[in-house]
Amino acid sequence: MNQGPHSAAGRPAAAVAMTDYEFCSQYDLYGHMACPGCGEKILLRHILNVLGPETVIVCPAGCAAVTDGVFPHSISPVPFLHVPFDATPAAAAGVRAGLDLSGRKHVTVLAWAGDGATFDIGMGALSAIAERNENILYVCYDNEAYMNTGIQRSSATPYGGWSTTTPKGQLKAEPKKNIGAIMAAHRIPYFASGSPAFLDDLTAKVAQAKRLSGLRFLHLLSPCPPGWKADPRDGITLARLAVESRLFPLYEIIEGTHYRLTHESSGAGFDEYLQLQGRFRYMSAGDRRILQADADRFYAQLTLRHNRNGETTVIGEEP
Amino acid sequence: MRQVISGNEAASLAVKLARVQVISAYPITPQTTIAEKLSEICGSGELAARFVRVESEHSAMSTLIGAASTGVRTFTATSAQGLALMHEPLFWASGARLPIVMVDVNRAMAAPWTIWCDQTDSVAQRDTGWLQFYCWSNQEIIDTVICAFKIAEKLLVPCMVCYDGFFISHTYEPVEIPEQKDVDEFLPPRNAEYKLDTENPHTFSGGTLPNYFMEFRYKLQRAFERAPEVIARVYGEYVQCFDRTYDSVESYAADDADAVLVASGSAASTVWHTVKALRDQGRKVGLLRIRQLRPFPAAELAAKIHPPQRIGVLDRNLSPGTGGVFTQEVRAALHRDGHTGRIHEFIAGLGGRDITMNNIIDIYDRLEQKTANASAINWVGLNP
Ligand code: SF4
Repeated sequence: MNQGPHSAAGRPAAAVAMTDYEFCSQYDLYGHMACPGCGEKILLRHILNVLGPETVIVCPAGCAAVTDGVFPHSISPVPFLHVPFDATPAAAAGVRAGLDLSGRKHVTVLAWAGDGATFDIGMGALSAIAERNENILYVCYDNEAYMNTGIQRSSATPYGGWSTTTPKGQLKAEPKKNIGAIMAAHRIPYFASGSPAFLDDLTAKVAQAKRLSGLRFLHLLSPCPPGWKADPRDGITLARLAVESRLFPLYEIIEGTHYRLTHESSGAGFDEYLQLQGRFRYMSAGDRRILQADADRFYAQLTLRHNRNGETTVIGEEP
Repeated sequence: MRQVISGNEAASLAVKLARVQVISAYPITPQTTIAEKLSEICGSGELAARFVRVESEHSAMSTLIGAASTGVRTFTATSAQGLALMHEPLFWASGARLPIVMVDVNRAMAAPWTIWCDQTDSVAQRDTGWLQFYCWSNQEIIDTVICAFKIAEKLLVPCMVCYDGFFISHTYEPVEIPEQKDVDEFLPPRNAEYKLDTENPHTFSGGTLPNYFMEFRYKLQRAFERAPEVIARVYGEYVQCFDRTYDSVESYAADDADAVLVASGSAASTVWHTVKALRDQGRKVGLLRIRQLRPFPAAELAAKIHPPQRIGVLDRNLSPGTGGVFTQEVRAALHRDGHTGRIHEFIAGLGGRDITMNNIIDIYDRLEQKTANASAINWVGLNP
C-alpha cells in the first residue's frame, strides 16, 4: 500500500471496453486496504472465485500481506498464512506436506507473492520447489517494483523504468528478468502469464492450473497506480495496453517446452502505455526504442515457438 | 532395548519414536548423519513422514513453519552456519507459536572456517524465543528429544535440543531405547487447537500495529515463565514411563563443595570425572550442570549455590566484548537472588579444542587458591 502521491501522466485517447467476464459473487474481498486501481486484489478475487473454498493462501511481506488487513482484521475468505519475505516457496511446500499428511490432499496451496518476493529474495527457494515439482500453485502478482516499501526497483522492473532507487539519471539499465524462461527451464507442468484486463483468459488459466498437479506458476501483471505514477482509473487500461503493446504478452508453457500464445497482441499502444505512466517519463527516445525492440523480439520468439508447436490457442484444452 | 549408538543416531531414533510427520533438513557437518538417518527411516517406511529435501536451512525452517501451521508434528536438525541462516525464521516460528523441535549439533561459527565444536552457534540464538536444552550423553539426547515434543506442544513454543559436535554427535555410547508403544502412550499425536483449516478459516501472523504487538510478546514471555513447571511435569511423566529423568540444574557433589564449577554439554562430563578424581583426593569440589539456556533455570541454580562457595563458570562459547554467555546468565540469575559473591569466568574449548581433565584441575586450583581473576576472562588452554 503505497502512500506516495498519485500523479497521472495523462488520459487515454479512447476508453477501453470493459471485459465481458461474468462476475462471480462468491468472494468480493470487501474491505481490503489496497489503493484505488490496484491490480492485486482484482487478480486475487478472480483467482479465488475459480479455486473456491478448499484453498490455503501462503503470502510473504508485500502489498498483498498488508492490504489483507491488520490484526485482528483479515478479508481472506480462506486460511491465510503470512510468512517471511524470502520464505514463500518453502513455507508453501511445508503447508503442502502438512496437508497431505493429514488427509487434505485435495486442498489447493496458493502461494501469492509479489515480484520482489518471487524474482528476487525468494528466487533460490522458488527454484528449489520448481525442481522438486511440489504440488503448489504459485502466483506472482507483478507490479514491477517494491511497491509496499515505496517503489524501489526489483529485477522485474522494466528497462528504462524510474523508481526511487533507479532515479532520474540512473534509470533501470537492465531488461526485466524473464521469469517464464526460468520456470520453463525447470520443466514445470504449467506456466502462464495473465492480466486483469483479460479475465476470461486469466480465469481459464487458473482453472487449467487447478486441474493439473505439480508446480504451476502464473505470472500476472498487477497495475499499481501510485508506483507507476498513473491515474487509478487507468489501472485496467494499462494492463490491456501492456498486453497489446507486447510488453506483457499472454502465453503459456506446457511442461517447459510447449509454448502457446493465448492472445494475439496487435503491437499497438506502446507509446500510449508509456505516456500514461510517470515512471517512464524520463526515458530518452533511444531508450524507448530499445524497450520496444526488446518487446517485439520477445514476442517474435514466442510466435515462432507457438507456430512450431502447431497447437491450438484454446486454453485448457489438452494438446 | 539397549544399543550402542552415536548421538546423532539417538536423535534420529527419538524423531522416529515421536512419530514426526514432516521433516525438512539440509546437510551440514556434523549434523548431516541425522538427515541421512532420517531419510533412510522415511525411505524404508519405518516412519510415515514426509521428508522435504530443501536447498537451504532457511528453507528447512520455513518449510516447517508451513507444515507446523497445518497442525502436524515437525522436526529439523542443523549446525553453526545453518542455524545462523535460520535466524530470521527462528523468530517467526516462536512468534507464530509453532511447536517445532530442532536439534542443533553445536559447531563453532566461521570465520575462520571450522567444523569443530563450540556452543557459539546456539547461544547466539538465545533471543529468538526458542527453548534450549543442552545434553551431555546420547541417552540424554534420546530422552530429551522425545520430551521436547511434549513440552513444545504444551507451551506452543519451539524447542532446540543442543549437543556438542563430534564429542557427542559422533561418539558411540550404550543407550536404552524406549519401546514404541511406551512412547506412543507418553506422547500422543499432536492435537493442534489452531491450524490452517479450510472448514474454519483463519489468518495467521498478519500485520500487527503497536496496539496489539506487545501483548503477543507478553504472552510468549508468559509461556517461558510457565515453562519450568511444564518441563518438570513432562519429565515427571517421563520418569514414570521410562525410569529416567533430568533436572534443569544437576548437582554433582556441589552441596558441600568449597569450589563449584558450572558447566554444560560434553565439557560437563569431563568436569564430572575430574570432580570424582579430586574428591578421591579429599578436595571439596563440585559441579553444577546446566541443562537449559532458555528459559534459564535461575531459581533452580540459585537454590543449589551456597555462599561462601567459590563459583566458576565454564563457557565453550564467546560473545566478543562480553565473554561467555552462560557466565552472564549465571551472574544475572545469582544477582537477582541477592548473591554478592564473585563469579569467575573460564573460556575454554573454542573451535573444538580439547577441554582436558588437567584444564579442569587447573580451574579448581585457581578457584581454591583464589588466583582466578574475578573481573576478567580466565582463558583456559590458550597457546602462549
Ligand atoms: S500494489 Fe500498488 S496499488 Fe496495490 S496496494 Fe500496493 S502500492 Fe497500492
